Amino acid sequence: MSYVSAPAEGRPLPVPTELSAPHWDGAREGRLMVQQCPVCEAYVFIPRRACPQCLAEPLEWVESSGKGTIYSYTIIHRPPHPAFEPPFCAAIIALEEGWHMLSNVVGTDPATIAVGQAVAVEFLDCGEVTLPVFRRVN
Amino acid sequence: MALPSLSDVAIVAVHNTRQARQIDEPEDSLMLGAFRAVMVEAGIGPADIDGISAHGWTSGINGSDVIAWLGGHPCWNGVHYPGIASVMEAAGAIMAGQCHTVLMGAAQSGAHRGRTHTAPWTRPENEFVACWGMFTPAHFALIARRHMALYGTPVEALAEVAAAIRSNGAVNPEAVFFGKPVTREDVLNSRMIADPFHLLDCAMTSEGGSAIVMTTRERARDMGGEPIYILAGALERMGQAYVEPPLWDRFGMMGARAAAGCFERAGLTPKDVDVCEFYDPFSFEIIRQLEAYGFCQPGEAAGFVLDGNIRIDGSLPVATNGGLMSFSHAGAVQNLQKVIAGVQQLRGLLPPQLTVKGAEVAMISNNGSGAVTCDVMLLGKTA
Ligand SMILES: [Zn+2]
Repeated sequence: MSYVSAPAEGRPLPVPTELSAPHWDGAREGRLMVQQCPVCEAYVFIPRRACPQCLAEPLEWVESSGKGTIYSYTIIHRPPHPAFEPPFCAAIIALEEGWHMLSNVVGTDPATIAVGQAVAVEFLDCGEVTLPVFRRVN
Repeated sequence: MALPSLSDVAIVAVHNTRQARQIDEPEDSLMLGAFRAVMVEAGIGPADIDGISAHGWTSGINGSDVIAWLGGHPCWNGVHYPGIASVMEAAGAIMAGQCHTVLMGAAQSGAHRGRTHTAPWTRPENEFVACWGMFTPAHFALIARRHMALYGTPVEALAEVAAAIRSNGAVNPEAVFFGKPVTREDVLNSRMIADPFHLLDCAMTSEGGSAIVMTTRERARDMGGEPIYILAGALERMGQAYVEPPLWDRFGMMGARAAAGCFERAGLTPKDVDVCEFYDPFSFEIIRQLEAYGFCQPGEAAGFVLDGNIRIDGSLPVATNGGLMSFSHAGAVQNLQKVIAGVQQLRGLLPPQLTVKGAEVAMISNNGSGAVTCDVMLLGKTA
């Protein structure tokens, strides 16, 4: 079973925008990039023009440690797209800097996944885009 | 001239067309059928109407089209999406004196075609969503899973919600899934979609049309049917649906502010609510709303549900017409149908075995946490 550890043919891939390009460019270089407000230091994800806390702009791009925990997850048995091989895990990852992102937890039997487990980022080369996915760590 | 207040605005007539998994009738025909029926019930004709609010999902029918259908005389035209939002918008227009009688309708047909019949709105495209294999059930599942981890909410409670609501639809001849009773075991034995949601935890898509007539208390006296009053209503929106991670911490209590405001303005508390026509796209959303609106303390709704309280013979019946899960889930229409269900319940128009005896106050909700939108409304037999 792959548990989405490899890119499948036809998987819907992000089309980076001017706003989001630094995030995806970073992933290609093996770095998890997130925005941070230079005024109030809030982390901002998904990418935005201005800080939702204080409306300051421009926001800075900084590198995350990529370490976090599983905030919530779902095991998808009936994928929306044939490119995803079920069952696989979609999750909200709570990064240690205090921000959250959607991703996949890979390389783990979905039946053993639980809220609160520690994970770390790794990068899945999907050709035109590299996706930051997460794997359990001890 | 004294303008009407919210307590002077009444819903005087409601109508649902037939509902089905797929309907071949064009949306304009479906909507016209709903309008004819609701105008007959209200005892009015096109010349009596001076406000329109209308939306067709596939065809794009809007208020301008409907004003032309009615002869093109001067009308107020609402722009909000059908449901609590459009009802509150129309109430505001009536209170401001812009119009006195609003015809409101929605229809959807021809949307679910092709091999898989998946509704387009269940596959949101976003660069931070679609690439993870996310779809609407998964968004709501992420909300549910966090609650389960925080409070130990058992899957049996989710199954009980789905079984209770689907049992209502099973005895409503107008429901898409009429004659299809569902037990907790049926829900738990149905195939897994996005854990913790089984197939029967999820509302399937369907099609249909609906319409209502709103007017002033004064004019309602001259129309047919018993007027039902809007005690309070509020929209609660938290941004872009299906874009940001559906965090329980941010979205789990969606609707709490709207509900608290409604209760305060209506001078009521959750104890005064007799029946809840809550939005039920997924089973867990009912558990979430019972806590967000103040019917249960955080973490206690699962036990409340498992004790049978939301069944039709329980202390707080929910989705009494069968809801999205069994009555109908027609993209443009189901929000308005929640309002209609509340009106039908308070007027005693639902089948006898689904009628909550002596119900005076109904609470309605539209949309949910995964969609980061949650509107609520209180309806009453008396203002
Ligand atoms: Zn800031």
